[in-house]
Amino acid sequence: MTDAVRVRGLRKHYQGSTAVDGVDLDIAEGEIFALLGPNGAGKTTTVEILEGFRKRDAGEVRVLGEDPQRASRRWRYGIGLVLQSASDMADMTVAETVRHFARYYPDPRPADEVIDLVGLTAKAGAKVRTLSGGQRRRVDVAIGVIGRPRLLFLDEPTTGFDPEARRQFWALIRLLSAQDATTILLTTHYLDEAETLADRVGVIAAGRILAVDTPAELGGRATAEAEVSWIEDGTPRTLRTAEPTAAVRELADRLGPEIPHLAVRRPSLEDIYLDLIGSPQ
Amino acid sequence: MTASTTERPAPIERALREPSVVSLCAARAGVELRQFFRERTAVIFTFALPVVLLVLLGSIFDKQIAGSGIPASQLLVAGMIAAGIGSTCFVNLATSITSDREDGTLKRLRGVPMPPIAYFAGKIVLVLVTAAAEVAIVLAVGMAFYDLPLPADATRWATFTWILLLGVIGCALLGTAMSSVPRSVRAAAPIVNLPFLILQFVSGIFIVPLTTLPAPLQQIGALFPLKWMAQGFRSVFLPDSAAAMEPAGAWEHGRIALVLGAWCLGGVILCLTTFRWQGRKDG
Repeated sequence: MTDAVRVRGLRKHYQGSTAVDGVDLDIAEGEIFALLGPNGAGKTTTVEILEGFRKRDAGEVRVLGEDPQRASRRWRYGIGLVLQSASDMADMTVAETVRHFARYYPDPRPADEVIDLVGLTAKAGAKVRTLSGGQRRRVDVAIGVIGRPRLLFLDEPTTGFDPEARRQFWALIRLLSAQDATTILLTTHYLDEAETLADRVGVIAAGRILAVDTPAELGGRATAEAEVSWIEDGTPRTLRTAEPTAAVRELADRLGPEIPHLAVRRPSLEDIYLDLIGSPQ
Repeated sequence: MTASTTERPAPIERALREPSVVSLCAARAGVELRQFFRERTAVIFTFALPVVLLVLLGSIFDKQIAGSGIPASQLLVAGMIAAGIGSTCFVNLATSITSDREDGTLKRLRGVPMPPIAYFAGKIVLVLVTAAAEVAIVLAVGMAFYDLPLPADATRWATFTWILLLGVIGCALLGTAMSSVPRSVRAAAPIVNLPFLILQFVSGIFIVPLTTLPAPLQQIGALFPLKWMAQGFRSVFLPDSAAAMEPAGAWEHGRIALVLGAWCLGGVILCLTTFRWQGRKDG
């Protein structure tokens, strides 16, 4: 199995500060990989280096087998980008926009099919400037996938979406991933988004990768202590334990048959993430 | 890495037709023209400005220039053709590239397999079309209201063509270079318009004949292409006796070609050294 992305010892400095400080990263073909990190962690810089927008200071980078810094136009045929906050093509219609970007690729998907895929068929004749934020974002996705990319970059794709639009967007990404085994590199601030979409998650802070694992296993999550909470004698109690079942059984014996306000909570991805980046909870 | 179990169809060898550079240039030109002409208000103001200026100035300079028998308004028309090219090629192009940089157009285009020449080809077609329309409108107004005679001989039309082309290319290159100066599209209009306004003033677009301007202003104007374009267009549309009203007392076609050519060359160098695909905040 070849890797879609392979990064070793990536470094990038700006005047006086180190944005990326020795990042190693492997993303397998067909994988959905989420890169998480606070603002200023080096997330955007890393992704922009992989996208070929920025030059690195040191390290080895291979994206679809090529160095993005020296990559050819042909390399771009395999790359799809969904960038943050673009507002271009405002006076073109949705259909014109998608058709225009189809022209850059040797083997594009049919424009109508892509417009349908992103759910904009009813808006195909509407000018892009008249779309809502979520619809505008779907045009970006349509442009990103029109060339049948092998690797798709999604940069904070659902920022500003309402919950329903977000769920529709997730369904779309899963569909794309399943259809063509497109490799997807996602950056996001939403932990639920990473958990629901990603095969693996990487956490980056201060320019370094702190952990890479599946959402279920990240940072020892699967074996982490659970939190059992209940109400006893009118006061809320909590207990952290590696054996929550035993704790509940003991509570049921003591307070049963129904334990008041019982809740057993495994650490969420967010708890693990905040732990990893050293943020006080 | 665990092996993925995703079943993939055997790769089908498709007959891949790589998009040709020419077809992508045409595609960009189509987008540029459609985007420009769909912005109705901008279109109206772009084409109305020189006409309004011409009518206003024509009502001030409504006499013949002493001792020449040539109506001042005809000098204005020739100058306004030059100013129209400056406004479509320099002002509008600079603003539109600044806007492309800000709204994500340039970043998006860098991220798709587009040969960079296609972007510039699209802009070239846009400025050629808008400059030609602007020139046609000013000429039509000049003929309708100020009895501007169209030249009958081919030599004059040849002069018209090379001055038009050198003027368009020079102004467009300077507009492209200028687009890197404003930090945002909101700052672009004042930053680009103020120097252009001053330039029109010292190039004798608003005040005719040019020699009525103080000499230092004339000398500043002579450093830039606009003055030479206006002088060239006067040589096309006015009788040769009008050359006496030029600062040198002659049309100076050789010098016009030299100055405009030098600006084209300088413009290329400026563009190559200053053009940025990304905004300042993107680094």
